Amino acid sequence: MKGNEVIAEAAIRCGCDGYFGYPITPQSEVMETLMLRKPWEETGMVVLQAESEVAAINMVYGAATCGKKVMTSSSSPGVSLKQEGITYLAGAELPCLVVDVVRGGPGLGTIQPAQSDYFQATKGGGHGDYHLIVLAPASVQEMNDFVDLGFELAFKYRNPAMILSDGVIGQMMEKVELSPFKPRWTDEEIEKISGSWALRGKKNREHHIVTSLELDPYGQEKFNRKLQAKYREIEAKEVRYEEIACEDADYLLIAYGSSARICQKTVDLAREQGIKVGIFRPITLYPFPMEALAKWAGRVKGMLSVEMSAGQMVYDVRLAVNGKVKVEHYGRLGGVIHAPEEVLEGFKSAFGL
Amino acid sequence: MSNIQDITKPEHLVYRKTPLLTDNVMHYCPGCTHGVIHKLVGEVIEELDIQDKTIGVSPVGCSVLAYNYLDIDWAQAAHGRAPAVATGISRLHPEKYVFTYQGDGDLASIGCAEIMHACSRGENIVVIFINNAIYGMTGGQMAPTTLLGQVTATTPYGRDPKLNGFPMKITELLAQLDGTCYVTRQSADTPGAVRKAKNAIKKAFQNTRLQKGTSFIEIVGTCNSGWKMTPVDSNTWMRENMFPKYPLGDIKDI
Amino acid sequence: MTEEIIIAGFGGQGVLSMGKILAYSGIMQDQEVSWMPSYGPEMRGGTANVTVIISDERISSPVLQRFDTGIILNQQSLDKFEERIKPGGTLLYDPNGITRPPVRKDINIYRIEGARLAAENGNPKIFNMIIMGGFLKVKPIVKVENVEKGLQKSLPERHHKLIPMNIEAIRIGMEHVETENRL
Repeated sequence: MKGNEVIAEAAIRCGCDGYFGYPITPQSEVMETLMLRKPWEETGMVVLQAESEVAAINMVYGAATCGKKVMTSSSSPGVSLKQEGITYLAGAELPCLVVDVVRGGPGLGTIQPAQSDYFQATKGGGHGDYHLIVLAPASVQEMNDFVDLGFELAFKYRNPAMILSDGVIGQMMEKVELSPFKPRWTDEEIEKISGSWALRGKKNREHHIVTSLELDPYGQEKFNRKLQAKYREIEAKEVRYEEIACEDADYLLIAYGSSARICQKTVDLAREQGIKVGIFRPITLYPFPMEALAKWAGRVKGMLSVEMSAGQMVYDVRLAVNGKVKVEHYGRLGGVIHAPEEVLEGFKSAFGL
Repeated sequence: MSNIQDITKPEHLVYRKTPLLTDNVMHYCPGCTHGVIHKLVGEVIEELDIQDKTIGVSPVGCSVLAYNYLDIDWAQAAHGRAPAVATGISRLHPEKYVFTYQGDGDLASIGCAEIMHACSRGENIVVIFINNAIYGMTGGQMAPTTLLGQVTATTPYGRDPKLNGFPMKITELLAQLDGTCYVTRQSADTPGAVRKAKNAIKKAFQNTRLQKGTSFIEIVGTCNSGWKMTPVDSNTWMRENMFPKYPLGDIKDI
Repeated sequence: MTEEIIIAGFGGQGVLSMGKILAYSGIMQDQEVSWMPSYGPEMRGGTANVTVIISDERISSPVLQRFDTGIILNQQSLDKFEERIKPGGTLLYDPNGITRPPVRKDINIYRIEGARLAAENGNPKIFNMIIMGGFLKVKPIVKVENVEKGLQKSLPERHHKLIPMNIEAIRIGMEHVETENRL
């Protein structure tokens, strides 16, 4: 199955209650697959094509106030439009899942794969001090796995989660083991999980208000401190990463998503030439695996951040190693996918090999 | 003969505040129409006995804090997006009574797409639209419903169609859409008008019960602060200038 | 075994679906596969290509610079991909519309007149399966029975009646592939 189709199937299987979206290449297969599958007949999941990206994310906001599992998907220009809704979701501490199948920018850009929305995804994206929990799948299998994981983390921390994919992982097909079916949450389960805040009708309790508005700046500062404490907890507990061929490595390629896949071939090519290269793959881009990466700073001669961008994650890599090792960037731009051989050339020239 | 104990006996009660209205002090200016409409919505929810099934969506604008005044569950929406937020809630809570409460800037300007498409889809929601021809909260700027010649902070020489375009009759536009079942324009400037407005609001919530689609109620109201008039003069100005452009009555009732 | 294949031609020639059937066939014999299309405006009447990898091991990069095999169905694609076939690799092409035939001497080159054969059989839709047959003749990486299973898996039930016709097209392709340069 295509990565995008797997997102749709995984949503149905993990008991998602609602999807609201708007067509945009290269991720339209998500909604198309859902409409074809008609999950409203099978599980009761709502699927709705909104009039705009803005409406779609605000439908997600409304649906999320119900304490249910709801999601949307889009691609870069669409995700820019969604930023208003995303900051409201973060500000109102609502759980939801946003899938971004990134394409080349800026502006309308291209429809080909890119990784140039790392800043937008990991540093907030909209206004205010907030973060999304960002998962970066490097295979169609992880497109499946991260839907459930995304919802789990979103509800655990009452925070929007994002799957930051790109046109490679979204459009490619490979073998995938789909998750077993989980039923949608019952009313009793929702009451137990989200009963303290969800909008379910006032009865025998104080009325619930979901809002991100605070007129008093001191009150808003207090709320922001609470948000920050939540992010520190996420940073402590939810870091995920993968180390590939790192044990004997003299150099590390730091890459996520499709670039991490491409780099695996680069590593094979480099090792054929006797250059010991490994890959450090952040799986969570926020929280970024700072400490895990810092441990390699004294053990390798150099790190190359490989991203299909002008260099965005490279800033986090440099922060992590704090000057202890040389960090360079390599990446094609605007929707051009770097081939493994190109990455190898870029790597060699960066470190004078 | 009669003392305070006699006078306040329950059987002598002729009026009470609906318990759906909270005791929070309203932030609205004296003379503002919002307070009356909030009360009407509260009374209707009480009379229909649907407090535990009603979810309100508040806008950005003066009525952003509506959630502090009505004792029901509320979501606060981004500017103009209340119909999309209500769509999300209503689709996932099809058995609930979901309504939005929006002003003219929120609904007819920045939220034009959202209200059009919610009405076009016939979302099973109630929309209460307060039209006072001005942006109240931000300090009296031009709204899409501002009348020609009307002076606002951003039309200091009066609204000029060449510069600012024409006032928008959004309610008539929405009545054209197949998804709306009930579209009406009301006011709240006299006891009779208030009673009519309340009946309209009640009918709209009953339409939700019958799953009839979108019910849309415009209330032509005043903004004496923004208009820079006394409340009494505001009512007169509204009758003389707003009602001819925005005539009261049902536009559609299926 | 790892086979890295590029299939390239015009949109509408069945390039992507041929790749898909090949990938499904690999799955049917328990191999790892990846299918990575070019996508976008070029699909609509322009050039289309897809990278298919079939391997006994976990597949690393789904995106490649160089290929073991190129299945090339128009001039633009030949111009673009001939040089990107690994030395010792394989190029299979349809000469229909080709004005500058392949020139490399360090690869195996095969020719199959898929467009002509499809036209002669009165069914342009079997074009891509004729090409597939030619490919499987020179590189039998998947068994025809697994292609049949793959078709059953990938096609909706209502199209299953078309499977015998497609298998027949593969046989036609196998019979008509010609060797142009053999290392």
